[in-house]
Amino acid sequence: MALRLTLTDHFRESRLVNDRLIFAALFAVILFTIVMVRLVVLQVMEYEHFDSLSAKNRVDIEALPPQRGLIFDRNGVVLAENIPTFSLEMIPEQVTDIDSTLHNIAELLAITEEDMDDIKQHIKKQRRFNRVVIRQRLTEKEVAILSVNRHRFAGVDVVGRLIRYYPHGSLFSHAVGYVGRINERDQKKIDALNYKGTLQIGKTGVEKRYEDILHGTVGHQKVETNVQGRVVRELESVASQAGDDLFLHLDINLQRVAATALGDYNGAIVALDPRTGGLLAMVSKPDFDPNEFVTGISRKNYAVLRDSLERPLFDRALRGHYPPGSTLKPFVALAGLELGVVDEHSKTFDPGWYSLSGQDHRYRCWKKHGHGHVDLKTSIAQSCDVYFYDLAHALGIDRMHNFLDLFGFGQRTGIDLPSESKGLSPSRQWKRDNRNQAWYPGETLISGIGQGFNQTTPIQLAQATATLAMRGVNKPPQAVRARRHVGQDDMQLQSVLTADSLPMVDSKNWEIVIDSMIEVVHGQRGTARHIGKNLPFKVAGKTGTAQVFGIKQDEKYDADTLAKKLHDHALFIAFAPAEKPEFVVAIVVENGGSGSKTAAPIARKMIEQYFGIAADE
Amino acid sequence: MSSLLNERQQTHSFGLSGVLSRVHLDALLLLGLVVLLAVGLMVLYSAGGQDSGLIIRQLIRMGTAFVVLLLLAQIHPDRMRDGAYWLYGLGLILLVAVLVFGHEGKGAQRWLDLGFFRFQPSELMKLAVPLLVASFLAERPLPPTAWRLIIGLMIIVLPSLLIAKQPDLGTSLLIASSGLIVLFLSGIRWRIILGFITLCASALPVLWYVMHAYQRQRVLTFLNPESDPLGSGYHIIQSKIAIGSGGLFGRGWLEGTQSHLEFLPERSTDFIFAVLAEEFGLVGVGLLLFWYLLVAGRGLFIASQAQTSFARLLAGSISATFLVYVFVNVGMVTGLLPVVGVPLPLVSYGGTSMVTLLAGFGILMSIHTHRRMMSP
Repeated sequence: MALRLTLTDHFRESRLVNDRLIFAALFAVILFTIVMVRLVVLQVMEYEHFDSLSAKNRVDIEALPPQRGLIFDRNGVVLAENIPTFSLEMIPEQVTDIDSTLHNIAELLAITEEDMDDIKQHIKKQRRFNRVVIRQRLTEKEVAILSVNRHRFAGVDVVGRLIRYYPHGSLFSHAVGYVGRINERDQKKIDALNYKGTLQIGKTGVEKRYEDILHGTVGHQKVETNVQGRVVRELESVASQAGDDLFLHLDINLQRVAATALGDYNGAIVALDPRTGGLLAMVSKPDFDPNEFVTGISRKNYAVLRDSLERPLFDRALRGHYPPGSTLKPFVALAGLELGVVDEHSKTFDPGWYSLSGQDHRYRCWKKHGHGHVDLKTSIAQSCDVYFYDLAHALGIDRMHNFLDLFGFGQRTGIDLPSESKGLSPSRQWKRDNRNQAWYPGETLISGIGQGFNQTTPIQLAQATATLAMRGVNKPPQAVRARRHVGQDDMQLQSVLTADSLPMVDSKNWEIVIDSMIEVVHGQRGTARHIGKNLPFKVAGKTGTAQVFGIKQDEKYDADTLAKKLHDHALFIAFAPAEKPEFVVAIVVENGGSGSKTAAPIARKMIEQYFGIAADE
Repeated sequence: MSSLLNERQQTHSFGLSGVLSRVHLDALLLLGLVVLLAVGLMVLYSAGGQDSGLIIRQLIRMGTAFVVLLLLAQIHPDRMRDGAYWLYGLGLILLVAVLVFGHEGKGAQRWLDLGFFRFQPSELMKLAVPLLVASFLAERPLPPTAWRLIIGLMIIVLPSLLIAKQPDLGTSLLIASSGLIVLFLSGIRWRIILGFITLCASALPVLWYVMHAYQRQRVLTFLNPESDPLGSGYHIIQSKIAIGSGGLFGRGWLEGTQSHLEFLPERSTDFIFAVLAEEFGLVGVGLLLFWYLLVAGRGLFIASQAQTSFARLLAGSISATFLVYVFVNVGMVTGLLPVVGVPLPLVSYGGTSMVTLLAGFGILMSIHTHRRMMSP
C-alpha cells in the first residue's frame, strides 16, 4: 500500500492533468464566447440605444444671448447702447467655502449685508455650475483690486459682458425707459427659450413696448460637456441674431430744452409732430437715472425712488391726471360752433360771475370784475370763464361729452408706449356708474372750463391739440419712427396710422377756433401774448390754470400765502405754424401757478429750438 | 567594423528564438505579451487624456515587471517548488501585518508601506497560493487523496479569508480560484467538483451575511443597476453606454467621448476595457479577446509540455487564472458580473498587478525553457 503511494505513474499523471488542461481550455473558450455574445448584444443589437444615450450624455445646448438693438433719436444720437463692462461672477461649484469667499470679496468691494443676502439667495437657486453675478459694472479700480487678489478666490472671475447703458442719464428716463433683471413676473410672459442667457428685459418705456424687436433671437451652440457639465468643445453653433435698432421721433435737443425749461418744477411736456403723430419730446419730472436699474438697483436706492412724495418713477406724461382747465376751452368752443349753439359773433355779458337761474351760487370768472361783452374769439384769447359757463350750459353735458370724445378725451391715445392712462371725460352715465349720483347742472358749467371731474393726461392734451391743429386729421402719437435690421443700411419706417378725419359740418369752424388761439399768442390782450413776439410765423395756443385747491366763494387765490403744493397747475397747449402746423406741444407745470407765466414760456423756448429761431431776449 | 557586422550576422544565424531561449525566454509568449502591453499603452494614452506622464509611469512599471519576469525565468522550477512554503509563509505574515499596520486606500486596507515603496501582500499571494498548492499536491501521486485535498483547500482558504477581510473581495476570489484551478487540474473526481459547487451554492446565503454593506450594495446594483443611476449603478450604466456606443468599428482611437468627457469612471484602471470598446468597437475588442486566448493558450500548451506534475499544475493554473482575470474584468465592465474591482490584465493602469502577472509569465517561461536540461 505504502509502495503504491510513493510510486508515481508519470504517464498516467500527465495524461490526467493534460485532459484537465484541455477541459480548462474548452471552458475558457466557452466563457469567452459568452463574453463575445454579450458584446454583440451591446455593440450591435443595442447600438442605437447606447449611441443615443451617449449623445445625451455629452451634448449640451448653450444659449448665445443676442445683442440688444440700439435706440437712437431722430438725429441718430444714441439714447440706449450696449457697453462692455466687467462683472464679478462666481461658479459656486468651484468655490470651496462660499460664505468666507463672499465675505472676503465684500471687504474689497464694499458689498452691503442686504446685497450679500440677495447674492446668497441667487446662488441657492442656480445650478452649481452656472455663473452667478456678484457685482456688475466694476470700476477700473475694482477690477485692479480684484486682479491683485485673484489668487485668493478660486472659482471667482472678472468677466466681460455687454450691458445696457443710457448715455443721457435721466433725460429719457420715462420715454426710453430702462431694462432690468428678469424677474419672476417677466419669466411668465417671455418665451423662456429665447431668453435663455439673457439677463435683462425692458421694464418701461420704449424698452418695454418694443422688447420683442429690441431683444433679437437667441442663438445656441451645441457643446460637448464633461460629467460636471463644463464645456469641453463646440460642436456646432447657430449665431444669435441681434435685435433691431430703433429710431425714435424724439429729438434730443428739443427734449433737453424742454427738460431745462421746466427747471425744478414737477410736471410733464409732450411735443408732437401733428403731420405724423411723431413724439418729438416727452418729459416727465422729477426723473431718475435709468442706469441704476440695469444691473439691479440697490434696495436702498430703490426705496428712495419709490417712497419719494414727488414720485419720480411715475410717468406724468402718459399717466398723470390733470384737470385741463382753460386748455379745454377751444374744444368746447368748437363744439358750440359745430352744434350751432353759438356762432362767431354771438356775445355773452360777463359781469365777473355766472349763476344758474334759480340758484344763488356764483360761478366766478378768473377776472374779478368780468370781461364785459365778449364773443368767442375774445373769450378764448382772454380766457373768459363766464362765456364758457354759458356755452356749456347751452350745450349740456351730453353733447359736450360726446363732442370731446372725438378728440380723444377720456380715452387712451394709443401711443406705442406702455402704461398709458385713460384720463376722464365726465358724463351723466359715468357719474351714475361710478358715483351713483345724478348729474348736477352746475357740474356742466365747471366741466366747460376744464375743471370739475375732468382729468387729462399730457399726452392726451397734446394729441387733442394735434387733431385740432390738423383741422380734424387724427394721427395717433408714435414714439418709434423706424427700425433697422442689423447689418442692413436702410431703415424700415414704421407705418403711420391715420384715423378718419373728424366729421365736421363746416370747416370754417376750425379756422374760427384756431384764429382765436392765434389771438391768445399774438392778440393785444392774449393771455400768452408775451411769447408771440419776433416769430416768423403765427403760433396758436391756449393757456390754462387748473385749480388744485378749492377756493371758497369769497376767498381770493393768493399764491404767497398758499403752500407750494397747493398752487395751481399751469398748463399751455400750442401749435406752430398756425396755418400749416408742424409742431404741437402740451405743457403741464405742477403747482406752476399760471399757465401764461410759467407754462407758455417753455413752449416759446421749444418752438425756438425746433424751428431754429434765435432766442428772443 | 567588419567584425561587428560578422557578430551581428552570427546572432541572426542562431535565430531570435534561439537567443531568447538561452536567457530562458519563450519567443511566442513574449510576442503575445508585448502586443498586449503595446495595445494597453495605446488605450491608456487615450483613456488617460493623452497624458504622456501617465504613459511614462506605466512604461517604468512595465520595465520593472519585465526585469522580474527575466529574473524568475532564470530560476529552475525545482527551486521554486523548494521555496513555495517560505513564500507562502512570508505572504501570510505580511497579510496579517496589513490588517494590523496597513494603509487605507479607497475604504480598504490593502497596502503595506515599506518606506521606499508601497506593497500589496495580496499580490504576492496570487503566486504563492498556486505555487504551494501545486507543490503540495505534486509531492504525492495525482489525483490527491481526500485528506490532501482538504489540506490543499486550507492552503487556499486561509489567505483568501485574510484578503477578503481587508476587504478586497475581487482579489480574494481570484486567489481562491487560482488555487482551486490547481485542485481541478490535479484530477480530483467530477463527483467531488459537483459536490463542491453544490456546497458553494448553499453557502451563498452565509456569504451574504458576512459581506460588507458596500459589497452587498454592489451585488444588488449588479442585479439592477438602473435602481441607483447616480450612485452604485453609475459605473455599470456609464460603462455599458460607452461600450454600446462603440458599435461595430468604434469611434476611432482618441475619439471616444464617454471616457474623454469623464462620464466613464475608473477609465484608466478597472474600466479601461470600456474605453477600448468605445474607440475600437466590436472588431477591436474581439481581436483583443482572441489575443488573450492565444496568450493563455500558449501558456496551457507550455503546461501540457511540462515534465513534472508540479510544473504542469503551476503552469496550467497561471495560464487559466490569467483568463479568469480577463473574464472577470470584461464580465464586470459589460455588466455580466458584479463590479468587484479587478483590472484588465496588462492593459489597465497600475503597478502591482502588472508585476505579478509578468512574474507569473516568467514562471511559465522558466518551466518551458528548463525542460531540455532536465531530459537531455
